[in-house]
Amino acid sequence: MTAPAASRRAVVRARRRAALRKYTRSYAENRAGLFGLAALALAVLVALAAPLFIPAEALSVTGAPGERFEPPDAEFPLGTDTYGRSVLDLVVWGARISLTVGFLAAAVSVALGTVIGVIAGHFGGLASNVLMRITDWFLVLPTLVMAIALAAVMERSTLTIIIAIGVTSWPSTARIVRAQTLSVEARPYIERARALGGGHLHVMLRHVLPNVMPVVIAQTTLLVAEAIVMESTLSFLGLGSPGAISWGGILQDARNSGAISSGMWWYMVPPGLAIALVALSFTLCGRALEGVFNPRLRERR
Amino acid sequence: MTDTQTSGAAPPAPDAAPGPRPRAGRVLRYLGGRLLTAAVSLAAVMVTSFFLFRILPGDPVAAMTEGREVSVEQMEALRREFGLDQPLWQQFLDYCARMLRFDLGVSYEFHRPVAELVAERIGPTVLLAGTGTLIAAALGLVLGTRAAWRRGSAGDRISSSVALLLWSVPSFWLGLLLIVLLASGTGWLPGLFPTGGMVSPGTTGALDTAVDVAHHMVLPVATMVAVVYAQYLMIMRSSVLDEMGADYLTTARAKGLRDDLVLRRHAVPNALLPTVTLIFLNLGRVFGGVILIETVFAWPGLGSLFYSGLKVPDLPLVQALFVIFAGAVIIMNLLADLVYPLLDPRVRT
Repeated sequence: MTAPAASRRAVVRARRRAALRKYTRSYAENRAGLFGLAALALAVLVALAAPLFIPAEALSVTGAPGERFEPPDAEFPLGTDTYGRSVLDLVVWGARISLTVGFLAAAVSVALGTVIGVIAGHFGGLASNVLMRITDWFLVLPTLVMAIALAAVMERSTLTIIIAIGVTSWPSTARIVRAQTLSVEARPYIERARALGGGHLHVMLRHVLPNVMPVVIAQTTLLVAEAIVMESTLSFLGLGSPGAISWGGILQDARNSGAISSGMWWYMVPPGLAIALVALSFTLCGRALEGVFNPRLRERR
Repeated sequence: MTDTQTSGAAPPAPDAAPGPRPRAGRVLRYLGGRLLTAAVSLAAVMVTSFFLFRILPGDPVAAMTEGREVSVEQMEALRREFGLDQPLWQQFLDYCARMLRFDLGVSYEFHRPVAELVAERIGPTVLLAGTGTLIAAALGLVLGTRAAWRRGSAGDRISSSVALLLWSVPSFWLGLLLIVLLASGTGWLPGLFPTGGMVSPGTTGALDTAVDVAHHMVLPVATMVAVVYAQYLMIMRSSVLDEMGADYLTTARAKGLRDDLVLRRHAVPNALLPTVTLIFLNLGRVFGGVILIETVFAWPGLGSLFYSGLKVPDLPLVQALFVIFAGAVIIMNLLADLVYPLLDPRVRT
C-alpha cells in the first residue's frame, strides 16, 4: 500500500514542481511584475529591519531628537515633524503598520470571499441565491463610506481598521471565486470524485479549492494594494489607532499642524509617495499574476 | 471587479419558456424584478444604517450640550425630545415610519431638520462630483480608446502606466499635494488657487460668484479626475480590445473605410456599452472619494457633513446621509440595469 501511495505522491509533487517552474518563467517575462516584486521585497525588508536602526526614543512625542518643522538637512534627510521627530524615521516605521494592515485586511477579505464564493458555487440552489444576493448588496454599497462608518462605530485600533476593510471588500472576491468554482465543478473529474463517494467537504477542499487558488492569489495581491490605500485613508480621517505611526496618520498630523497650508513639502510628500509606491507594486504584481494564470489576458498587454 | 450582472434579481430565464412569450410580459417581468431588488436593497440599507450607528460610542446628548451649563432635567428633556428615552425597538419603528415619509429627523448638532441641511449641501456635492465624473469619463474614454487602438505603442504604455500610478495614489494625498504646490503660495509658485471652501466671502453678483466658484473648483475637480479617470481608461481600453478581433471590423476595413472611421463608427459604439454601465456601477467609489476631497478642500457638501457628523455623533444626520449615499448608488444601478437593454440589443434576446 505504501509503495504505490508514495509514488503517486511523487508524481503529484513532480507535476506541481513543473507547473511552478512554468509559472515562474511566465512571471519573469513580465518586467513590470518583476519591478513590483523587487520594490515589495525592499519595502518588507525595511519594515522588518526598522527596529534595528531606529531607537524607540526617536519616535516618542516627548523626547524627540530635533526641533519642530526643521527643513531637510544632513541630520534629518527629510526634515522633522510637528513634534521634532525625523520624517524619514516615521516613514520607515510607518511601513510596518501599512504592510501589516494591508496583508491582514486582504487576508480577512479573501478568506470571507473565498468561503462564500466556493459555498455559493458548490451548493447552488437557494443557498447560492441568498449568498449571491447578499454579495450583490455589499457590492453595490459604497465601500469607503461603509468602511468609514464601521471604523467610526468601533473602538479606535489597528484591529478595527483591519476588520473595517476586510468586511467591506470581500464581495468582488466572492463573485470571482464563485464563477471559478462553477467552471471547475463542471469538469468530469468532479463527477468521478462524487461517484467514488467524495462528500461535499471532500470535493470543495480537495478539488475545488486548489483549482480556485490561482485566481485567489492574484486577487489577494490586488486587494492588498486597495487595503493599503484604504488604511491610509481611514488613518488620515483620524479613524486609525491613536498611538500607532502609519502613513495616513503622518499625513493627518501634517494637516492638523498646519504644515500643508504653510507649504512644508518634506512633511507630506514622503508618506504619500510611500503609499503610492507600495500600492503600485502590489497592483503590478497582481496584474502579472493574473497574466500568468490567465493566458488570455497576457496576450492583451 | 464589478461585473455587469451585479444587481440582478433572479434574471428572467428566457430560454426556459417554450416558444416566444409576449414581449410586453417579458419586459414587465424584467422591470418588476429590477425594481423589487432595488426596493429590497434600499430597505436593507435603511435597517443597516439605523443599527450600525447605534453602536457609535459617546452620548449624543452630552455632545449636544457640550460647553453649556445644563441641569439633569434639561438633559432628560433633550433625551425625550429626540426620543432617546424610548426602548430601541420603539426608536427603530419611529425611524422606519419617518423614513417612509421622507422625514429625516432633526440634527442633534445643528438643531435643524436634516432634510434642510441636506438640501443646502447637496448642490455643491452634485456640482463637484458631477463635473469630476463627467470630465473623468470623457478623458478616460478618449485616452482608453486611443491606447487600445495603438496597443503596445509608446503612447499606450505611457498612458496606461500613468493611469496605474494615479490609481495607486490616495486621493486625499493628491489633494494635499496640489494645495502645497498651487495654493499655499509658499513654494516656488505663488498661490494660484484658494486652499479651500467654495466661495470667497464678500463675493456678490451672479457672474462674479460663478467665476469665483469655478476658481475654487479647479483643484478639487482636478484631484477627483486624476484619481477616477484611470479606471475608466482601463475599462475602455480592455473593452475596445475585446472588439478588436471582431469580424465586423474586418468587414468594415474590407469595405475600404478609413482607420479612424472604423474606430469611430464601428468599434467605439460597441465598446462603449459595457463601459457606460461600469461608469454607473462605479459611482459608489466616487462617493467615497467625495467625502475625502470635500474634507481636504473644506468643500461645503454632503461628504464633509457626513464626516463632521460622525464625530459628534449626530445620529439622525449620519443615518440619513448613509441612506442617501447608498440609495443614490442603488438607484444609479437600477438606472444602468434599465437603460442597458435599450442600448444593447444583444441583451434583449
